[in-house]
Amino acid sequence: MPNKTFFWFFLPTGLAMILFIGLPIISTGIQSFYAQHDQVVKEVKKCDPFGCTVSIVVDQEKTSKIREEKPLGKFNGFGTYVDRNHLAIEEIGKFWNETNSFGEFVDQVTNLPFYKALIFTLTYCLFVTPNVLLLGFIIALSLNAVTRRIRGPLIFGTILPMIVTPLVGSLVLFWMIDAEGIIGANLQMLMDDPYLSLKSSKTLTWITIIIYGIWHHSPFAFVVFYAALQTVPQEPVEAAIIDGASRWQRVRHIVLPHIYPVVTFVALISLMDNFRVFEPIIGFSAEGSAQSLSWLIYDNLVNEEVILFGSAAATSMMTIVGIAILLAPVLIRTWKEFRTAR
Amino acid sequence: MKKILISLLFLLFGTSAYADCNIKSGSINILANDFPALRTFVETAKGCKGSADFKVTHSSEHNKIAVPALTANPSEFSARIAANSSIVPLMNQDLIRPLDDLVKKYGKGIQDSQLITIDGKIMAVAFMANTQHLYYREDVLKELGIAVPKTYEEVVAASEKIRASGKMQYPYAAAYKAGWNLAEEFVNMYIGHGGEFFKAGTAQPSINNAKGVATLNMLKKLAGLSNPDYLTHDSEAIKVEWESGNVALMTLWASRSGTLLDDDGDAKITAATKLTGPATVAGGNIPAATLWWDGFTLAKNRSDADAEATFRALAHAAANKKMVADAADQAVWLIEGFKPGPKSIGVIEAVKMKAKPYPMLPQMGLMHGALGSEIVEFLQGKESAEQALKDVEAAYMSKAKEQGFL
Repeated sequence: MPNKTFFWFFLPTGLAMILFIGLPIISTGIQSFYAQHDQVVKEVKKCDPFGCTVSIVVDQEKTSKIREEKPLGKFNGFGTYVDRNHLAIEEIGKFWNETNSFGEFVDQVTNLPFYKALIFTLTYCLFVTPNVLLLGFIIALSLNAVTRRIRGPLIFGTILPMIVTPLVGSLVLFWMIDAEGIIGANLQMLMDDPYLSLKSSKTLTWITIIIYGIWHHSPFAFVVFYAALQTVPQEPVEAAIIDGASRWQRVRHIVLPHIYPVVTFVALISLMDNFRVFEPIIGFSAEGSAQSLSWLIYDNLVNEEVILFGSAAATSMMTIVGIAILLAPVLIRTWKEFRTAR
Repeated sequence: MKKILISLLFLLFGTSAYADCNIKSGSINILANDFPALRTFVETAKGCKGSADFKVTHSSEHNKIAVPALTANPSEFSARIAANSSIVPLMNQDLIRPLDDLVKKYGKGIQDSQLITIDGKIMAVAFMANTQHLYYREDVLKELGIAVPKTYEEVVAASEKIRASGKMQYPYAAAYKAGWNLAEEFVNMYIGHGGEFFKAGTAQPSINNAKGVATLNMLKKLAGLSNPDYLTHDSEAIKVEWESGNVALMTLWASRSGTLLDDDGDAKITAATKLTGPATVAGGNIPAATLWWDGFTLAKNRSDADAEATFRALAHAAANKKMVADAADQAVWLIEGFKPGPKSIGVIEAVKMKAKPYPMLPQMGLMHGALGSEIVEFLQGKESAEQALKDVEAAYMSKAKEQGFL
């Protein structure tokens, strides 16, 4: 396609992307450098049905004047980025000096909210992405091998996890693993431990969420792989059969190289999706044991009675950076291949 | 012509039925939490809407919607049903209007004690009170010869006895869901220990002390007697636990007693469900509970005409003796004419025992938020009480700095 044609094709999409993705990201970025103005408070008398007390309120007259002058807030630079609830540079330095062993240091650092969330997010990505690829590929191969007559219903059944809304899917599993749910109660019996709870143990919660993630994302990989399998040329496969290649050898040397670009694509999308893991944490009410970066943003925006825009914006920016870092190897590789192909 | 005449007559007749309000114009849109008493209250207000537009949103997510919706100009809602804690962000952002003029003009029947005044200005009109208190299963306690607990130490002893008897494995329940609910339990218990959240007159936190540690240890003891999934249980979940007969002692909101004692569910459990005041802790006099009021506030960013219409409708409900008589079971109404029934024992006892109201401080929401996430690891046995309290203070300080309180 000539560059000019491509440009005109891409223009509407590009404009929409700038308007709905680019500009909000820039605005979030600007927001992350600002904090609220210093609150001017005053002591007043407050009375309610239970009596009167003297306590403080925000002085609206003075505050609104400051707000009108500088509606964005107080410029804070990277202040929000390095505070304890984000990168916690100062705290980490302190831990380094104060702790006696490396293990203790790691304990202290992973106790900070941002690092706690980062570790869960990375663990989730690391376990879910490869398993999704593998499971999706195996399902696609197996379905490709069954007779055409029953393939339709089977495919429908396989992509169900993707059709089910994430929140609903996780809620169903959440109820099943309840101490009185079908899985939870049976596990207690099986392990002979009446106090066993999938929800209160951190490790078990992580495992549950990861398994849920694999279950939910595999159909996507499957659909793409299944489509790719339809394009595998039959001649080399038949030739390989005649040469006496086993099933595994055929997959390894013919099918996989053929669908390789698609694997990269699915890996990319999966990584991006998994890095933003959020719904299962809400669905499983797992806030206590598992927090992800997206959950931190959500927490800053809604869980406080005060909305922490600066905090949320800073975490958002760092999530974007995190995704970029994660995707870098795959992107660089794709770019190199693109160059050599030309 | 005849049609017009009839509809005109109908209109006249229709409005005269609500002669006490006679609201001719304006639009009313209310945001409220979702529990039976609030539904009754809003329905009563609707009864006198006259020819004004009337809309209502009942949502348990009301806290998340309120500030953004009221910040818009004109704001989405003309009124917000708030409580001690949720009025604070509205005050901080200057989103609600003083009601003095409206109370003077249309507030007939509203008692002085219902008025929430801040710095001499009426900012809200309260209509019901709420608290968290003890519920117990009379049959279970009687069978095992346990007296009704008055302190949390007795609650622990009683729960241990019930567990030892083999009747129930997890005899105690409270809303310990990580986040707002868990933090609320900490606030109650800490106040019961006589603790203060901030250094006097400042926004500096002061919870990392012996009282804080004692509070956490008591919470952990109680958690050990609860269903192991306690970190995922909110008020609704423990209500279900109670109704399935798994629990004999429970700390729950007074406003939930209505649904707990209704005809749904096992009649035997309902009959044996009894209410008592909130428990004290560590030999203290004041209960380990906070008093709450629910009241209405009016949005600032809305036309005066809408505010007037909204106020008249809501004031009609906030001084409505008939509603209070009909729905005496649903809440502890602060409205004149309320005769407390058996379901209001919890709140009445709490007031008698001089329970403290939930602190109405501008920075309290940040403390509440920090508590909800940072004490979880202590309950899971992953860190010490001192470390957890240190984390809470550190998390709070970062947020308070960002918000300009420190």
